Amino acid sequence: MDIRTYLKNNILFLDGSMGTLLQQSGLKPGELPERWNITRPDVVENIHKAYFDAGSNVVITNTFGANSLKYDDKELEEVISEGVKIARKASEKSNGKQEKFVALDIGPLGKLLKPFGDLDFEKAVEIFAKTVKIGVKCNVDLVFIETMNDSYETKAALLAVKENCDLPVFVSNAYSEDSKLMTGASPKAMVALCEQMGADAVGANCSLGPKELESVIEELINYSSIPVLFKPNAGLPKAVDGKTVFDVTPEDFAKEVKKQIENGVRIAGGCCGTTPEYIKMLVDATKDIEVKPIEKKEKTVITSYAKAEEFSFIPVLIGERINPTGKKRFKQALVENDIEYILKEAVNQADKGADVLDVNVGLPEIDEEEMLCSVVKELQAVVSSPLCIDTSNKNAMEKALRIYNGVPLINSVNGKKETMDAVFPLAKKYGGVIIALTLDENGIPNTAEERLQIAKRILSVANEYGIEKKNIIFDTLTMAVSADKNAAKTTLEALKLIKKETGCYTVLGVSNVSFGLPCRDFLTSTFFTLAMENGLSAAIMNPYSEKMMTAYHSYKVLHALDENCLSYIDFCQKTEEAQTGIKENTEQKANTLLYAIVKGLKEDAGILCEKLLESKSPLDIVNEDIIPALDKVGKAFEEKRCFLPQLLMSAEAAKEAFEKIKEKLPENSAKKSTVVIATVKGDIHDIGKNIVKLLMQNYGYNVIDLGKDVEPSLILETVVKYNAPYAALSALMTTTVPAMEETINLLNEKAPFCKVLVGGAVLTEDYAKKIGADKYGKDALDSVRYLEDAEKG
Amino acid sequence: MIFTTFYKTYNEITLDKNNILRYMKAKDNASQIQSLIDECITLSKDKLKGKVCYSVFDISLCKDTLDLGFTKTNSKALINHLENCSKIVLFASTVGIELDMLVTKYSALLPSKAFCIGAIGTEAIETVCDRFCDDIATEYGECTKRFSPGYSDLPLDMQEEIFSVLDTKKIGLSLSQSLLMTPKKSVTAIIGIKK
Repeated sequence: MDIRTYLKNNILFLDGSMGTLLQQSGLKPGELPERWNITRPDVVENIHKAYFDAGSNVVITNTFGANSLKYDDKELEEVISEGVKIARKASEKSNGKQEKFVALDIGPLGKLLKPFGDLDFEKAVEIFAKTVKIGVKCNVDLVFIETMNDSYETKAALLAVKENCDLPVFVSNAYSEDSKLMTGASPKAMVALCEQMGADAVGANCSLGPKELESVIEELINYSSIPVLFKPNAGLPKAVDGKTVFDVTPEDFAKEVKKQIENGVRIAGGCCGTTPEYIKMLVDATKDIEVKPIEKKEKTVITSYAKAEEFSFIPVLIGERINPTGKKRFKQALVENDIEYILKEAVNQADKGADVLDVNVGLPEIDEEEMLCSVVKELQAVVSSPLCIDTSNKNAMEKALRIYNGVPLINSVNGKKETMDAVFPLAKKYGGVIIALTLDENGIPNTAEERLQIAKRILSVANEYGIEKKNIIFDTLTMAVSADKNAAKTTLEALKLIKKETGCYTVLGVSNVSFGLPCRDFLTSTFFTLAMENGLSAAIMNPYSEKMMTAYHSYKVLHALDENCLSYIDFCQKTEEAQTGIKENTEQKANTLLYAIVKGLKEDAGILCEKLLESKSPLDIVNEDIIPALDKVGKAFEEKRCFLPQLLMSAEAAKEAFEKIKEKLPENSAKKSTVVIATVKGDIHDIGKNIVKLLMQNYGYNVIDLGKDVEPSLILETVVKYNAPYAALSALMTTTVPAMEETINLLNEKAPFCKVLVGGAVLTEDYAKKIGADKYGKDALDSVRYLEDAEKG
Repeated sequence: MIFTTFYKTYNEITLDKNNILRYMKAKDNASQIQSLIDECITLSKDKLKGKVCYSVFDISLCKDTLDLGFTKTNSKALINHLENCSKIVLFASTVGIELDMLVTKYSALLPSKAFCIGAIGTEAIETVCDRFCDDIATEYGECTKRFSPGYSDLPLDMQEEIFSVLDTKKIGLSLSQSLLMTPKKSVTAIIGIKK
């Protein structure tokens, strides 16, 4: 029988631990367990058989760590194919009368993915794919992805399975004591991701005993429309009289797991410390349980690696500021590849209360595919808010959805067949909640009824693509009231109608309503309130606007959605503090820009610089206020009267002032020379590099930052592209200095015009010379001084 | 012979501000530094999740080679360090990935905070190791100080053996090809248990 069919009406029993039993049979410390498929097949087979005899429906092959990071191609093929063969043999030999299946086991790679680790997402997909393909060739019945403690790695593994076979696939994660994955995802977030990407079951295994995982299982059952899997440890290992024992007995284990089966778990087994005895006890204890059908949950959830945002009565706020439309400074940042500016917009919006961030980086003069991908990657490292991928470029959309860590909002489809045919397959493959605009080939209809008709058509096409209704939210399109007096009325009517008729959630980009009129904030925030009253579930809006945020918090209070008005009071207090706080600062603390920078008062520096710009030219401010302030701090640092943290705070204050100046300066105004900066290949430490970058920017250099773990060839390519006279390289570890040397050799050979500065904890003047660097920077300031001297000639 | 990996968790890690200052190579000569440290402690506090995994091994010396139970070494410094010991505790510890995430966030925007949070992480992991060593001493009796790969003549590439024998995945710790640990604020070490 097919396992999907079997699952419809039965509890599916998995096996227990393999590792524990292999160790009891003499597996040595550090020995790779999968090799026993070749050297001790009898032992592995007996373990599988014992589980089948105990009543397991599924045994999981001894291939937990079988991947190309640990085995070469030939051996990998061998350990997997032998592993499957052994499991099949055990299935044939066992007298158990139950349905029997063999699952290909896939465990984590033991490396953390970028940006927090060093393994590239696509590389991870490739490694998993290799294992999957061999398993498929060996005719396994299903794939079991297990013990994943990171959502991104889970996605890589699931994608590899989906791209290489049609086999059923179960996904099981290892949760910590706080009921989250190590990298922050909740059970709710994992359900959203796995369900959307087409997993056949989602669950929890390892890490803890059955009792400690109770709340995880409860959340999984609450959110999941696919079967929930549970495979806990027999508690935690303890050493007693030189022997290892686990602290949950087979009886207690069976009792606890049975409870969860009664609550709705459909697939159960054991992990570390469990043996055939545990499984037999469990199977016997649960044989009379009546199997309930799994209910469909109509929950709309988007996620990031650490947050899950669920649509409900409380409107979701989607920050609109990462978008070049009508924003000169933002366009400039895109053209100059100034990712930092974009990151700042993201952090600020999240701080102001945006739940989700819309990301639109489309500009004719840049490569949107590349830019969208790199912005999404960078944002994922800096903010934990879910993102809304906003592009009309299909390729850019696919690339961004692929590398996105979670379930994003997708902005957008509309009633045109062409866009639906482009976007729906992507959403089906990678997951995502889709914003659907109620317009089509004939444009935007003038009546609510016609917009509803488009919405219905979109739903029916989505259904053909296998996309569930709960994953579509409708945008009834905000038009400017200055152009059509009925525009807002129609939008609101359509909003109400579509919500009622389809039951779907709704969204509006509210800001457009006031286009062309004065005091836009008034109008927009009032429209926002009306829209919420008419059933708006999410707004793409400006979180910096106090009026918009006031409207939102007031709405929540008035609709009894804010317990004890706490979030309203908190918002008011923060707003008040922000207003009075600035005043106090400027009056009492810093009177001059120079003082603000010397003392490292960032906010003050920004405000004072803005004031100064009213009476002084930007260049004069740089030369008469900012640079002298930096020199003063620099001197104190060199004389050890102040220390690195102060130097940094001053540099940040200066940067804030520069940001104000940049807004006034004409585009492409002259900069000093270009410096290409990077942490070398293999090294992921970048605080030092960022400090050097900050100081160089302070002194007016055009710094191209390639980030960390950078290939020598990319550094060369960039130096040549910008004809950069300087490259600055950082390495923290002795193990990564060879990569630095390799980079220097490459630069000296192919770009001899470029001087190379190096720095990092393990370097010395002598060593820097030995590996061919032009300058050893003992600290950040030393490097800047070198540039200043070199520029003067 | 047991080589099961055991686990311990350390939350509510006490931080000594003087040590944080020392790790920042700074002195407490300005109010900004104090408020920077205070602010960063507030940001970091609930991100610090101390976790340790460890195994116990019998050891034996044969001429110049020390058999550590999971690998062999000729390191003179370690052989000296483990004089009069018959067992070792091999451990790996970390304060968790959330601190790295916080550093990454500020690294791009406010390096002063990233720098300070890094120093807090160093203080936190040292504290976790101290507490763990105290616990081991309580459990096993007199112990040596901890000794890590990379100290003296003990090669750093012993990290590979350590990571293959300890189940570090469960505390979320991994090793890169260039032998860097992720999360960054992590320590592996050997403690000798005196006879």
